Amino acid sequence: MNILVYINTASNLAKSALEAVTYASKIGGSVSVVATGNADDTTLATLGEYGAQKVMIDRSASADDAQQVTRLVAKATEAVNADVVIFSHDLIAKAVAPRLSVRLKAGYISGAVAVPDMSNGFSCKVNVFSGKAFAQVAVNSAKKIISLLPNSIQPEKAGAACAVEAFDGAVGSAAIKVVDTKKPEGEIPLPEAELVVSAGRGMKGPENWGIVEDLAKALGAATACSRPVADIGWRPHHEHVGQTGVAIRPNLYIAAGISGAIQHLAGVNGSKVIVVINTDAEAPFFKAADYGVVGDVFDVLPKLTAAVKKFHAAQ
Amino acid sequence: MRTELLTFATVKSVENMKILVCISKSPDTTSKIAFTDGNKQFDENGVQYIVNPYDEWYALVRGLELKETLGGNLTIITVGTAADEAVIRKALAIGADDAVRVDADAKDAYFTAMQIAEYAKTNAFDLILTGKETINYNGSQVGGMIAEALDLPFVSLATKLDITGTTARMEREIVGGLQVVEANLPLVVSCAKGMAEQRIPNMRGIMAARTKPLQVVAATAVEDLTTYVEYGLPAAKSAVKMIDPNNMDELVELLHNEAKVI
Ligand SMILES: Cc1cc2nc3c(=O)[nH]c(=O)nc-3n(C[C@H](O)[C@H](O)[C@H](O)COP(=O)(O)OP(=O)(O)OC[C@H]3O[C@@H](n4cnc5c(N)ncnc54)[C@H](O)[C@@H]3O)c2cc1C
Repeated sequence: MNILVYINTASNLAKSALEAVTYASKIGGSVSVVATGNADDTTLATLGEYGAQKVMIDRSASADDAQQVTRLVAKATEAVNADVVIFSHDLIAKAVAPRLSVRLKAGYISGAVAVPDMSNGFSCKVNVFSGKAFAQVAVNSAKKIISLLPNSIQPEKAGAACAVEAFDGAVGSAAIKVVDTKKPEGEIPLPEAELVVSAGRGMKGPENWGIVEDLAKALGAATACSRPVADIGWRPHHEHVGQTGVAIRPNLYIAAGISGAIQHLAGVNGSKVIVVINTDAEAPFFKAADYGVVGDVFDVLPKLTAAVKKFHAAQ
Repeated sequence: MRTELLTFATVKSVENMKILVCISKSPDTTSKIAFTDGNKQFDENGVQYIVNPYDEWYALVRGLELKETLGGNLTIITVGTAADEAVIRKALAIGADDAVRVDADAKDAYFTAMQIAEYAKTNAFDLILTGKETINYNGSQVGGMIAEALDLPFVSLATKLDITGTTARMEREIVGGLQVVEANLPLVVSCAKGMAEQRIPNMRGIMAARTKPLQVVAATAVEDLTTYVEYGLPAAKSAVKMIDPNNMDELVELLHNEAKVI
């Protein structure tokens, strides 16, 4: 089987890119990577350690235009005669993979959480109903496309550095003009974060978020919030998690002053470990938690931050 | 005042903008999720259907706001059976002018997108809006598929959308940030939080919706690219371990040694 992985690169490789290449090599077969972005050849060659046989890069293509990336990946699919194309299920994949599906008439499974089952056809597990259930989705077409939900598998080193070659994706002109890009420095993007500290209305007001950020900083975690907190403008919209916000599945989700409504749980119950801090011992969130603390966030959060700092200092 | 008028007059604009908003039904967010037929079918017993929140709150309402300021017509389209007409009437009550129902079960994203693209091919829309995803299948697929089928640019997960003349300016989420982008109409956009505020239909809207045109069109044959083979529910959590609020060292120790997440 020939497998092609698309990744976008900055000066370094995102963990989600390493996950996608590891995932491809777990399917088994010959793994090629087609890349955009400006990582140098030495950096790209390290993808070989995760199972890639070769990397093809088109540095003239921009990931900002989904039509250009679609043309690039379609051309690379043809070049390596790929049977399966893998993306990380990020904001680029959400624009490109559906286009590619139509272009190649290839069935597309979005947000896969496991390696495909090939014992009887070709199918893959995905989350549905905003994390309240899962489904096994089969692809019936010869060519297949999968986007992998971040943090579903861990990157694994297996091989040695691989060849890197320039690739002309014949991407054509861009229909989308970028006017401005805002990337907050040093912030961990929520969908990819392994550790998340989240807070809700129990925080009483936006001026109290310092203790949430302190804990996040001590842990190296991203911050998130419940919907009402984003709706009233205490926190930015991109932090809103849940059924109508971002769905996440970090290793650790700490919920402070969040009641645990069904719509909130839907977006976070894929987290490996959940810690709930709430004054109300009857809060529904405790039913979904692994560890629970009945207590006041204004008392518990600073204590937890101090304990985390003490732990890191002792490591 | 005079200069303002002058600029206004020189901007080329779309006359009577035609907007198409794609609407899906989804189970009410409090629905109990269960499956029947050997886990092969979603159990609809007792499930109340609503307009998918992203379609309603963001795509439809922003479409209406644009129509109200720029003039034009807003059509909603859904791929569904006669049972889905309640959801269509709700969208009409919020303010859409007319509706199209492609008469078929929306089997998967590809099937749905191809039906909508087929309709759009014969009806030249300036703007096609979808929600960022449905809350039942969470695929984020339909908008991009329609765009490719129509060979149009597609901006996904836009959080702002404005139109001047024939140019759309959008804000969208990108990996780790935000971007402001521009593209010319016609265009497909998927809409995320930030675009607009939910509108509650009023009595007049609900009454008017009853008599607004609803066209039913036959589905075209589309290849079956994917199949939902089986469903399941996540394994139940084991009982929660309670920690003394005065002993956060213990919590950190458990997260490190027992849960192994830090
Ligand atoms: C269609 C629809 C979609 C929705 N989608 C989402 C979604 O995507 N995400 C989402 O989050 N919600 C969503 N909701 C809203 C959801 O139903 C809840 O209203 C919301 O999650 C509650 O937020 P909260 O827990 O922050 O606030 P509250 O429910 O007000 O809970 C606050 C909690 O803080 C606790 N508390 C108060 N003071 C303290 C203190 N000092 N220390 C510790 N604890 C304290 C309280 O005991 C309480 O449990 C949706 C609702 C609908 C109808």
